[in-house]
Amino acid sequence: MLLKKEHQEFREKIRAFALEKVAPHAATLDIEQRFPKEFLPMLAEMGLMGMVVSEDYGGSKVDTVSYSIAVEELSRVCGSTGITIAAHNSLGCFPIYKFGMEEQKKKYLPRGTKGGELLAFGLTEPDAGSDAGATKTTAVKQGDHWILNGTKCFITSASHAFASIATARTSDAPGVKAISSFILEKDWDGYEVGKKENKMGLRGSDTAFLHFTDVKVPLDNQLGGDGEGFKQFMMTLDGGRISIGAMALGLAQGAYDCALKYAGVTNVNGKPLGITSQAIQFKLADMATEIEAARHMVYGASQMKDAGVKFSKESAMAKLYASEVGHRVAYEAIQILGDVGFFTNHYPAERILRDVKLCEIGEGTSEVQRIVIAREVLKSVLPEK
Amino acid sequence: MDFNLTEDDLMIQETAADLAAKRIYPNAEKWDEEGKLPQDILDEMAELGYFGMMLPEKYGGLELSTVTYNCAMEELSAACAGLMITISVHNSLCCEAIYRFGSEELKDKYLPDMAAGKIIGAYCLTEPNAGTDAASIKTSAVKKGDKYVINGTKTFVTNGGLAGVFIVFAVTDPEKGSKGISCFVVPKDTPGIDIGAPEKKMGMKASDTREISFTDVEIDASNLVGEEGTGFKTAVILLNNGRIGVAFQAIGIARSALEEALKYSKERKQFGQPLCNFQAIQFKLAEMAAKIDGARLLGYRAAVMKDEGKNVAMESSMAKLIASQTANWVVNEAVQIHGGYGYMKEYAVERYFRDARVTEIYEGTTEAQKMVISRQLLRD
Repeated sequence: MLLKKEHQEFREKIRAFALEKVAPHAATLDIEQRFPKEFLPMLAEMGLMGMVVSEDYGGSKVDTVSYSIAVEELSRVCGSTGITIAAHNSLGCFPIYKFGMEEQKKKYLPRGTKGGELLAFGLTEPDAGSDAGATKTTAVKQGDHWILNGTKCFITSASHAFASIATARTSDAPGVKAISSFILEKDWDGYEVGKKENKMGLRGSDTAFLHFTDVKVPLDNQLGGDGEGFKQFMMTLDGGRISIGAMALGLAQGAYDCALKYAGVTNVNGKPLGITSQAIQFKLADMATEIEAARHMVYGASQMKDAGVKFSKESAMAKLYASEVGHRVAYEAIQILGDVGFFTNHYPAERILRDVKLCEIGEGTSEVQRIVIAREVLKSVLPEK
Repeated sequence: MDFNLTEDDLMIQETAADLAAKRIYPNAEKWDEEGKLPQDILDEMAELGYFGMMLPEKYGGLELSTVTYNCAMEELSAACAGLMITISVHNSLCCEAIYRFGSEELKDKYLPDMAAGKIIGAYCLTEPNAGTDAASIKTSAVKKGDKYVINGTKTFVTNGGLAGVFIVFAVTDPEKGSKGISCFVVPKDTPGIDIGAPEKKMGMKASDTREISFTDVEIDASNLVGEEGTGFKTAVILLNNGRIGVAFQAIGIARSALEEALKYSKERKQFGQPLCNFQAIQFKLAEMAAKIDGARLLGYRAAVMKDEGKNVAMESSMAKLIASQTANWVVNEAVQIHGGYGYMKEYAVERYFRDARVTEIYEGTTEAQKMVISRQLLRD
């Protein structure tokens, strides 16, 4: 698709960085299941850790199309780096930047943006996944602080984040009205990082439980007011979904790059596969078409966010479509590679399929996106509740 | 049409299911993580006859029909597909190669030990530049007196590190194309065989996959399986067996994924009710079950026809095509139903997702099956 010159240049810059600094380590991170802490300073220096934050707080605020391009290009070479950056920006920095008080922004954002330290977002709980309103973590006010108790699971960058945003119930009100959010620091008593998850893919990214046991949280660390948590995280996830769409798009592009090259150089009876097999040609045509469509949707939702119009439906659509395209493209890339595609140390397609599967699950499964989209589209014909 | 399994089928199936439940399923996650099978499970299965399932009793085999054998394979695969493929390659490709096409001398020499599990077989067909296009293999076997000298490299050899014998396909007459390919039994201890390191792979991690190189490997001419030049035909016929096996492997994985998804959807509550109350989940489960049964019926058709001695080239390809696509579709939906948990290794569906992928690739990719089927359709 046709991009503005500034976006093209931004892509070239990130692409060059990703190829030079990130790509050479992608396979190792996956195999060793190691989080690349040493990447953080250079990611911060490139401005990749403060993309949704203004310069006042050390950020490098770019428009959402640029942000999507950055996540896409990082994910194109390394899904683990893509998710780490997407989660840090969209889920870690964004809520503090958007909903935080001046003091909170000054205190936490610069460490995350130019300081190169990660921020995490604790929403999901063992019994509250798709149904995030079923949060059980509690926050009880005692004098000049809150006492938090509860468990959060599948938290991206949990072991490395210096602080996390956590949702908790602040009253007995049922459902979502009692949910508020807080900023918690890792060093505080009772804040414990749990077991590291052993995952199918994105094995270079860090995913763990967070356990809060009587964590004393100063009143000043509440993010927004009582009961505002649900609205906040819905808005946070709207943006987050664009970034997961961008991540899926990048992974799809990476798998397609690999398959396309293979079809051009692998000879069967002296001719490249891309000439001898119409089935392979058609697969590549479908892959390219679907990637292009996904890119329009991801950038389109990004533009809507920048324009300040409501984009919940479009971000859900972009995430749903791009993640399913990512899965199909990675799947077909392996099919084009044949035998060798199933093995880890030869081509990245195998890793990409495992990585991209997360995009159909994280920040709302594909089923949840369909719930969101259906609710939006049915509004026009169904009577209001 | 009789859709009922015989008493023998049911008994073998039940025995395999019992072994799978007690000894295999509880360890499958560990074997996947460790990337290998412990010797004790192989020994135990050898004791029970799993290494000579279709061989006649006179070689120590169980003499099972294709249908019965595949009933057992589905059970093994439902518990651990990596273990199943280890057993399946040995039985349906290696034992069958010698039993169907080998000389009496070769049969007497190798089959009793193979049936007893003392010698495990590996099947060496694929090469770096000859996958789907198996006729373009480059490994050569040059006759010198009463010996053949083999040179070449085979890739992605299942059981490569466990094998006592390699069934090797090599070119004996480069002028004749696919009719210049021959099949050999090559004992592992023959000088000049280099066994590579285990390959890291997406799934089937309990199984062993390696590159095997042959450098001036000298074997007796009596190790030729069948006649010179019949190797390709042998490979094609054996792959028909193998494809039925992969179909049942895929069915086993899919069935387990459905079982896990059903269980999870009843236990997991979101929005105040079990997941199985949601229509979107119910419809997924319905389609999973329908597709699995459809695939299994295609598998049975191919197996029954094979037992009747019919040519099953098209039917085995159809079974493999549909079963492997079904399996990959089903495991994906099973992961979706599990949500975030489905991405984690503590949940078996994570393993099924990775294991299923290769069923659309090995023993002929989905595209290769379509070539076989369309060729047959267009010929008629």
